[in-house]
Amino acid sequence: MAIIGSGAGGGTVAQALIPLATQGRRVIVFEQGGRLEQAEFTGIETEMAESLYEDGGGFLTEEGTLSLAFGRTFGGSTAVYSGTSLVPSARVIEAWAVPGLTHEDLVSRCERHAANNGVHLLPPEQINDNNRLFREGCLGIGLEAEQFPVNVRGCRGASLCNLGCPNGAKQGTDRVQLPAAERGGVEVVTRAEVRRIGDRRLVIRVERPGPGEKGAASAWPAGEYSVEAPIVVVAGGSVGSSALLLRSGLGSALPRLGEGFTCHPALILVGEHEREITNDVGHPKSYYLDRSVEERFVLETCMYFPFVTAKNLTGFGPDHSTMMRSFRRLQMILALACDRATQGNRISVDRSGRPRVHYRFTPEVREALAAANRAAARIFFAAGALRVHAPLANPPLLARDEAARIAGRITATAFIPGKTSISAAHLMGGCGMGSSPTDSVTDSWGRVHGLPWLRIADSSLFPDSLEINPYLTVMALADRTAEAVLEDAGRLLANRGTGLS
Amino acid sequence: MLGRVRRPFRALVVGFVPESADLSADEWRRGEELAERLLSGRPGRVRRQVTLLILALNLIAAARFGRTLPALDPSTRSRLLTSLQDSPLLLVRRGVWGLRTLAFLVYYGREQGRAAVGYRASASGWASRRSPGTGAGEGREP
Repeated sequence: MAIIGSGAGGGTVAQALIPLATQGRRVIVFEQGGRLEQAEFTGIETEMAESLYEDGGGFLTEEGTLSLAFGRTFGGSTAVYSGTSLVPSARVIEAWAVPGLTHEDLVSRCERHAANNGVHLLPPEQINDNNRLFREGCLGIGLEAEQFPVNVRGCRGASLCNLGCPNGAKQGTDRVQLPAAERGGVEVVTRAEVRRIGDRRLVIRVERPGPGEKGAASAWPAGEYSVEAPIVVVAGGSVGSSALLLRSGLGSALPRLGEGFTCHPALILVGEHEREITNDVGHPKSYYLDRSVEERFVLETCMYFPFVTAKNLTGFGPDHSTMMRSFRRLQMILALACDRATQGNRISVDRSGRPRVHYRFTPEVREALAAANRAAARIFFAAGALRVHAPLANPPLLARDEAARIAGRITATAFIPGKTSISAAHLMGGCGMGSSPTDSVTDSWGRVHGLPWLRIADSSLFPDSLEINPYLTVMALADRTAEAVLEDAGRLLANRGTGLS
Repeated sequence: MLGRVRRPFRALVVGFVPESADLSADEWRRGEELAERLLSGRPGRVRRQVTLLILALNLIAAARFGRTLPALDPSTRSRLLTSLQDSPLLLVRRGVWGLRTLAFLVYYGREQGRAAVGYRASASGWASRRSPGTGAGEGREP
C-alpha cells in the first residue's frame, strides 16, 4: 500500500493503517521533502523556509498576485504551522452538503485526534503581549476574541512555529503519527516524488540531498522506481494531490479535478506601540476573532520574521524602513478572507507536470479583506497603538488621530493585485467530495469515483473553504479515508501478495 | 545570475531599502547569495524574466530621466519605482512586487538585517529574556 504525503492527512492514514502493517502488508509513506534532524531546525528564516516549504513558502499563482505557503518536508505542513487546532462549524459542514458526511462524525474524530496530538489551551502566563493586546483590543471594541487550542507539549516560547519548532514542542504528524506508524511497521521514504499514478502502479523519483541541503538522505537509493500498489492513498495537499492526479491523466474521467480551489487569502497588518512589547517570544498565535458569519473574515494573532514582515508591508523606502525599525514595538494581526469556491479558481499542471494555481480575487473577497482591515485597525487603536499599517488604507499608515475615520480610509478599492502583498497558507479543494464525477472527485470517504483502489486524504477533499485553520479537519477526513481503506482492504488486497512490490 | 545586472540590481535594492546603501561588500555578497539561491529554485523562464525586468527598468530610467538606475538620485529613483508600482499594467506591478521581494530578502534575510530591526527570536524562547530591567514587556517568563 502506498501513502503519498506525510502531513496531516498522510500521517494520520499512516498511523491508522498500522494494523495492515502488523498483518505483514507492506505500507509505505512517500514524502517528497526531506527529514530533518532536530538540531537542523535553527529558526533562521531564509534557510528554514527553503528547507521546509515548496518554493521557500513563496509559490506564486499563475496571475502572479498571490503567494502560497505549503510544507514540503517530513510531516508536511504540520511541521510548519503554528499548531492551532479548531473543530469545524456545523454551519460550514452542512453547507458543504456532502452526502454521507455529518458534522457529528467529524467532531468526534477531531476530538480524538486533538487528544492524540496533545491539544490544549496555553495558560495565561504563556501568552505574550502581542496576543494579550489583541484580546484587549477586541474587548475595547466590544468583541470577544477566542483562544486557539494548540498542540504543543513543553513549548518554550521560541515563537518560531512557522519555521519548524527548534524544540520539537509542536505535535504535528512528524512528532506523533509518523513515529507511531514507523514503530508499527510502516515505512517512510523521504525525498520521494511520485511523478505519476497508473493503474495501481506508481512512478517515483527519489533524489539525493543537494550540496549543503538539510535533512538525511532517503532510505532508498536515488533513482526512478516503478512500484505496484494495490491501494494508493494520495495526501499531497490541495495543490500536490490535484497536480499528481492531473498529470496522471485522470482529468478526463474526473472533470471536477483541480476545481474548487480556495485558500483564505490573508493580509498582514501591524500596529506600532509606544513601548516595546513581547512579540518575537512566546507562542505566536493564541487568539482569533471569528467574523466569518457576519463579514466573511477571520482575524488571527501572528508574528512573522523580518523578511516575511518586510515583504507583507505595503510600499518601500524610508516609511517602510521606519516601520521595520520599530519591530520590537509591533503588534501583528493576520486578516483572512473566507473565500468561496469560484469558477476559474483552480489547479492545473503545465507540460512538465508542475502545478499551476489559478486564483482571481472576487469582489466579495476584496470587501471581506477591507472589512477585516478596518476591524484590525480598530483593534490596534483600542489596544493603544500609535500608528497602524493597513495594506488596504491609502496611504497605508494611519495615525492615531485618524482612528475615527477608519471607514473612509480603508476600502476595497485600495486592493490592487500585483501591488498589495497577499499570501495564503490554508490551501483547500481540487479533489472535492460529493456524490458523482459530475460534481466531485471522491465520495465522502475519500474514494475516487470509478477507481476503488485510489483514495484521497487531505485538504483537497474540501468542496469549499473551511473558514478556520484546517489541519484538525484534515485529520478527521483522513481518519475516514483510512477507515474505509481498512474496510475495503480485504477485497482490494486479495491475491496481491504483501500489498506492495 | 545577478552578476550580469549587478549594478542596476543594487540600485533597485537601495531604492527599496535605503539603508542598504551602507552595506559592506561582504554584506552585499551575502545578501545577493540569498537572492541567487531563491532564484535558482525557480523555473528558468522566471529567472530570465527577472534579468530582463532589471534591464528594462534600467532602460526606462535612461529614457525617462537620461540616467540609468545607479546614476539616479534617491528621490527620482523612488518616484520611478512608485510610478511603476502603481502602473495600470498588472505585468509591471507584478515585476516590481517581485523585485521588491528580492530587495527585502537581500537586506532583511541577512543576520545583520534581522539584528538591525531588533529581531531576537531564539530557540530558548522565554528563557532568553530573563535579564531584568531590559525594557517593558521583558522578563515575563512563565
